[in-house]
Amino acid sequence: MPDPEAIIQIKDVEKNFQVGEIEVRALRGVDLTITQGSYVAIMGPSGSGKSTMLNILGCLDRPTRGQYYLGGEDVSQMDDDTLSAARGKRLGFIFQSYNLIAQLTVIENIQVPLIYQGVELKDYDERCKELAELVGLGDRMDHRPTQLSGGQQQRVAIARSLVNDPLMILADEPTGNLDSETEHEVLEIIGKLNADGKTIVMVTHEDAVAARAHRVVHMKDGIIAREVTN
Amino acid sequence: MVSSLLLNTVQLGVKSLMLHKLRSGLTMLGIIFGVCSVIAMLAIGEGASYEAQERIKRLGSTNVIINSFKPPEANDDSGSNQSSEIDYGLTYEDAARLQTTIPNVGDVVPMRIIRENIRFGRNQVAGQVIGTMSAYPKVQGLDIVRGRFLSQMDDKHQRNVCVITKGLARRLFPYQDPLVNTVRIQSVYYEVIGMVQETGTIEQRPKKGEAEGEPIDNNVYIPLSTARARFGETIVRRSSGGFSAERVELHRIIAKMKDTESVLTAEPQIKQLLKRFHEQNDYELIVPLQLLMEAEATKRMFNIVLGSIAAISLLVGGIGIMNIMLATVTERTREIGVRRALGAKKKDIITQFLIETIVLSVGGGLIGVFIGVATPLAVSYFTNMMTVITPWSVLLAFGISGLTGIVFGLYPASQAAKLDPIEALRHE
Repeated sequence: MPDPEAIIQIKDVEKNFQVGEIEVRALRGVDLTITQGSYVAIMGPSGSGKSTMLNILGCLDRPTRGQYYLGGEDVSQMDDDTLSAARGKRLGFIFQSYNLIAQLTVIENIQVPLIYQGVELKDYDERCKELAELVGLGDRMDHRPTQLSGGQQQRVAIARSLVNDPLMILADEPTGNLDSETEHEVLEIIGKLNADGKTIVMVTHEDAVAARAHRVVHMKDGIIAREVTN
Repeated sequence: MVSSLLLNTVQLGVKSLMLHKLRSGLTMLGIIFGVCSVIAMLAIGEGASYEAQERIKRLGSTNVIINSFKPPEANDDSGSNQSSEIDYGLTYEDAARLQTTIPNVGDVVPMRIIRENIRFGRNQVAGQVIGTMSAYPKVQGLDIVRGRFLSQMDDKHQRNVCVITKGLARRLFPYQDPLVNTVRIQSVYYEVIGMVQETGTIEQRPKKGEAEGEPIDNNVYIPLSTARARFGETIVRRSSGGFSAERVELHRIIAKMKDTESVLTAEPQIKQLLKRFHEQNDYELIVPLQLLMEAEATKRMFNIVLGSIAAISLLVGGIGIMNIMLATVTERTREIGVRRALGAKKKDIITQFLIETIVLSVGGGLIGVFIGVATPLAVSYFTNMMTVITPWSVLLAFGISGLTGIVFGLYPASQAAKLDPIEALRHE
């Protein structure tokens, strides 16, 4: 049974990949529980399974075995459409390379997750503007991604991840492409979101970035090697 | 809700296409040319066949026209013997037999056609003297502009009266009123009793061997009995070293049938009847209805050929679209991954790319319709050639262009939807 307190609960999750003849065991039985409002960093060397972990947490992939409860609902065996709906409704994504859509303006990029919720976009105009202002881009709502700096683009991505009021924000190396100054800015915004009650799960390989999280999960060879609480 | 998503997707499609204006434009060209050529070619073809059909219709779709025809053997004779008289063609008896033996026949109008100079004072015009009966206007489209046509009494009393065509009146009587005057043919004067306008005669189709540019509407109609009395049945042509004479009773018989159905059954009967009394093949049958049916068959054929050309050009256009969309899918793999991560279902991705192709093909289709409608109009304007733009050709071309978008868009769209979101996000 899922823990009613936890928004995320992973139980004995395994993930195997077939690479040619060989079966790669990317996750070998992981247990992880994340409660509302926590700030978790996942670290680990390449091949440790942290990307696979993030994909499963982000409902982009299904575990081979084990359970994943997202907001009390077992998403581990959902079909593709239901999984898409779960992503759109419950998760927010921030990527290393921002992944904004080039042909859309700032405000339109923020709206993208709403399109697939089937809501009336007009009803959310105000909210989208507020989010643009929250990340400090209130005066650039009609700009296109190519007209923005990397830090600005990442801030748009943050606004976009918030638009559907997700249970959890998944950030994959959010500052990997940024210089130290903008890295600081972006992390400040993420920290502020967490302070306001948002649950953050972030994958990073930088200790300084991980240091801002409350909990740091170190992965190695497909299992959680150790956990540190800051 | 659904409509807002659709509207959004269409807007997005236009935006994505505008990102590569040249590429989208070039891709559209295939569809533009396809649609434009379908409409333009069909309009020109339709115009040509319309003209042909109108001309045939003017001959009268219930008529069977029998022309006297100089048999080829007769020509050989005159070659060896420079001065000769040949006797051929339709007879008064033929006309009478047609009237009495062919079922469902209406009026049978015999005609003598003689080329003569028609004179008024000093004016002289080369034309045709046509000896015929009062029923002529009924079987041959003829508008009586002024006065009256020949009557049965005119024929009975061999009156020297005539009806002239408007064209001839204009040439012969530039300043006078023809209806109070007389025209002279050879040495005989004929009182002008009416003026007509031909709406169509067989003469409008220039036959081989006839001088081209000969005025076709310089006709004088006189009673058949008068023609027989004044001109006889032998036409003598003098040439160097001799003369040739042709004895022909009637040059043409027009039999008007009661309805179009009896035209086709009457044709073999008329042939059989004439064959029995003509040793040589000295007549020809023209059945306008049959010509009309042939013209329609030709048109159908033409439409099939045009349709095939159009189908091929639209197919090529469609392949062009598919090609570009496949490239676009590869190019936008990352975007597809992002959208999938942000909650897009497979069918959302399919819709997005499908709408993009439809925007391309329908956009191209609209431009094609515009150019396709403008082209025949321009052709008509500059060349005097008749064109008929049929609404169904516009609908067909436009419909096919839309369909092309869907058919050729499905594959790239499904390729896009099949992408694994994780792989797509990792795509550089």
